[in-house]
Amino acid sequence: MSSAKLESDVRGHYGPYGGRFVPEALTAALDELDAAFRAALVDPAFGAELDRLQRTYTGRPSPLTDAIRFGQEHCGGARVLLKREDLNHTGSHKINNVLGQALLTVRMGKKRVIAETGAGQHGVASATAAALMGLDCTVYMGEEDTRRQALNVVRMQLLGATVVPVTAGARTLKDAINEAMRDWVTTVDETHYILGTVTGPSPFPEMVRHFQSVIGHEAREQVLELTGRLPDAVAACVGGGSNAMGIFSGFIDDGEVALWGFEAGGDGVETGRHAARFAGGAPGVLHGARTYVMQDEWGQTVPSHSISAGLDYPGVGPEHAWLHDTGRAHYSPVNDAEAMSAFEALCRTEGIIPAIESAHALAGAMRLGRELGPDAMIVVNLSGRGDKDVATAARWFDLDDVDESAEGR
Amino acid sequence: MTTLAQAFATARDEGRAALIGYLPAGFPTVRDSARLMRAMVEEGVDIVEVGLPYSDPLMDGPVIQAAANQALEAGTTPRDVIAIAGEVAQTGAPAVVMSYWNPIERYGVDAFARELAAAGGSGVITPDLTPEESGDWTAATSAHDVDRIFLVAPSSTDERIGRVAAECSGFVYAASTMGVTGARTSVSNSAATLVARVRAATDLPVAVGLGVSTGDQAAEIAQYADGVIVGSAFIRLILEAASVDEAEQAVRALARELAEGVRRRSP
Repeated sequence: MSSAKLESDVRGHYGPYGGRFVPEALTAALDELDAAFRAALVDPAFGAELDRLQRTYTGRPSPLTDAIRFGQEHCGGARVLLKREDLNHTGSHKINNVLGQALLTVRMGKKRVIAETGAGQHGVASATAAALMGLDCTVYMGEEDTRRQALNVVRMQLLGATVVPVTAGARTLKDAINEAMRDWVTTVDETHYILGTVTGPSPFPEMVRHFQSVIGHEAREQVLELTGRLPDAVAACVGGGSNAMGIFSGFIDDGEVALWGFEAGGDGVETGRHAARFAGGAPGVLHGARTYVMQDEWGQTVPSHSISAGLDYPGVGPEHAWLHDTGRAHYSPVNDAEAMSAFEALCRTEGIIPAIESAHALAGAMRLGRELGPDAMIVVNLSGRGDKDVATAARWFDLDDVDESAEGR
Repeated sequence: MTTLAQAFATARDEGRAALIGYLPAGFPTVRDSARLMRAMVEEGVDIVEVGLPYSDPLMDGPVIQAAANQALEAGTTPRDVIAIAGEVAQTGAPAVVMSYWNPIERYGVDAFARELAAAGGSGVITPDLTPEESGDWTAATSAHDVDRIFLVAPSSTDERIGRVAAECSGFVYAASTMGVTGARTSVSNSAATLVARVRAATDLPVAVGLGVSTGDQAAEIAQYADGVIVGSAFIRLILEAASVDEAEQAVRALARELAEGVRRRSP
């Protein structure tokens, strides 16, 4: 394995990345959260309750599916194994993190949770956990995303959450995080902010990675049981990067397993309309952490673009920044068209409609498989299901029998 | 050139608090922002806080967000901010830049401190930088003799207040309340408690910000703090004005009201 130190230091730094760049008013809450998280880690009762919820509520362990036709027809004959986070309750990996943080909220004696959401999957998971545990829930969502993901807005409302459309800035995930931070700094005594990905100030990157690491630990065990060996590569999409950190963490010590993160190339990195932080960004500070950020020459954040709301974010988790710089993981952009081809391919060969986010990982696996050949084995984190993306896909593929009024444009 | 220490000392000698006025540089335009800041000083603002407009101001409410957006759309850059701070300093009032961290890091930590000092700026307030992350900044500001102002909040423990205050120079910025910037009808009484806690930790002046908009509020805070910071209330007047002339008249009137407030004797 790489000799670089991959664990964070006591203040949440990964090499030069991570840390805490927040208003002083939030320091006390982050310290409280950090203490609650560390106490929970060594409390067997916390672990047992989370494990019970994962088994009986989420439906873990999620299966590992041999995607035989997809591998043969689209990935150069490589064996492709799908880690089926799409089969979790609420439809994505987001529930793994949310259940952990909601249990922490209860332990801290707080009665209200807030969350940001891009694609709506984290918002739905947060609304779900809040309903389950009797917490008030407010979800901030960019107005643009409320249109792209109208179905998820209704799901959150059905679950009893208040959805606040954010009209500032580009009206997407970045702006929803700003607004959630503003709420939190005002209400921090009674409110926990369930940040949905491995970004933000310490301890969020480490904590969210921990709650998502169940994906990687299960996947490693399952692939060994199924095939008797480790995969050649693990592929995941990377927006903020929580599903990728989750699956990577199971294989990070296995130096022979290549870790691949696929970020959103949008219209193409060369067009400037993308969300490829590694291919098109530079180190900087955004939303409380130092990491790779899409920014202009003056340090102003540049709006990102992707067909996938969940990857449409100008920053990335600081641990990914460190994995990138140390070379332990590789990152590459996948543009909208390539992702949608992979989306269609999986639908037609496996009978699985993936989230458009996850389709970026599938597109990456198609590239890797063609490069590595038929003896290769690739584990793909299928982080979410595509029900929420049906309207976007219908427009993309010119399927004209969709009720346009139902999705607002 | 007046330093922050001198400005606070002058106010103290006059038996009053210092008045600190905030405007984003480049709002409503680069040229007009300097004009409005000069008008503030002419009506009794002692120290000008020159905001560096940033795309993601997560400690700011809707009023400052709107002003920052307007300044960014007008093409304002950190170079303009430094130039405007220099112009303000020529009036005799110290200019401190208020900036989120990323634009400073992108500019170059040492270059920012050096160029600001060369232009005549006195200090920098960094609302999202805490002492834990400020190693390079401490070195750069010390090397170029720029005051370094961090924030404390009602939620800060005494231990943290001590740590933050030890890293500050010029003054300590006490956030009056838990929340974002913006005018409030009353300023939380947690501010007085916080100021007392800061005084126990440092001899530096303590200025109170967040939510102050009227002469009466300024007078109340001046009873216990060394400085009173007003931002959103000025900006709202400018946003509502039909012309820059009208904005200037409104800014002057509010500055006069606040300057009277910080001079009001105890009841």
